[in-house]
Amino acid sequence: MNLRRDVFQAIADPTRRAILLLVATQSMTAGAIASNFDTARPTVSKHLQILTECELLEQTQTGREIYYHINAKNMKEVADFIEPFRKLWDDRFNKLENIMKKYKPKK
Amino acid sequence: MERKTKVDAENSKHDLHITREFDLPVDLLFRAHVDPEILEQWMGSKVLKLETKKHGGYQLEKKDENGKVVFRANGVIHELVPDKKITRTFEMENTPFGVQLEVYEFEPLSNDTSRLRMHVIYETIEQRDQLLKMPFAAGLNMAHNRIQEILSKLK
Repeated sequence: MNLRRDVFQAIADPTRRAILLLVATQSMTAGAIASNFDTARPTVSKHLQILTECELLEQTQTGREIYYHINAKNMKEVADFIEPFRKLWDDRFNKLENIMKKYKPKK
Repeated sequence: MERKTKVDAENSKHDLHITREFDLPVDLLFRAHVDPEILEQWMGSKVLKLETKKHGGYQLEKKDENGKVVFRANGVIHELVPDKKITRTFEMENTPFGVQLEVYEFEPLSNDTSRLRMHVIYETIEQRDQLLKMPFAAGLNMAHNRIQEILSKLK
């Protein structure tokens, strides 16, 4: 199985991106993560499982709690990761272009 | 789909370049960066403050449907030359990415086309690489359907 493709599939989902954003700065329990979403708890658990399988998230046991955190060290070379970053700017600039093509100065 | 936006990030460097050509006159391209109402639409963030002048500050914020803040960024404008250049700092709050220095250069290619070149300088190589590996951490492409939303409103 191609891990890199899996990673991109993993981050293609908006909820999973939101989860990664949440844990980017701090480790969180599954419960704390789920409380940020309207989605049913089992759905969030499924997302956490996919992200863990793709090695984007790591689990650490602290007492009875399992904390999820970003697994940065397992990331691939920068070059492999430019495409989503490029896509983000491309989407933004496409939007800018579309808006300005329809733009009529008000004043 | 053609790839209009180019990103150059050399290994082991703490900066990157983003280049894009637009089917827009340079003044409209520039306006999209200094008019808060327009900026909000394509950045997908609310503009809390935008002082488009030297020493001016700006602040952007994005909330989810429940009103929870998912992204907040701020910075200071160091140089602003209409239709030519913006130099500013950019800091995503509550993230480990530090303060970036951003240089935007706007240039006309013809009466109807223009080019934007962004030079983004990070504090460290590690911060740049970490950000590149987590583009979604920018929190800005989280709502793809918003693109449709905005565009359909304009029609």
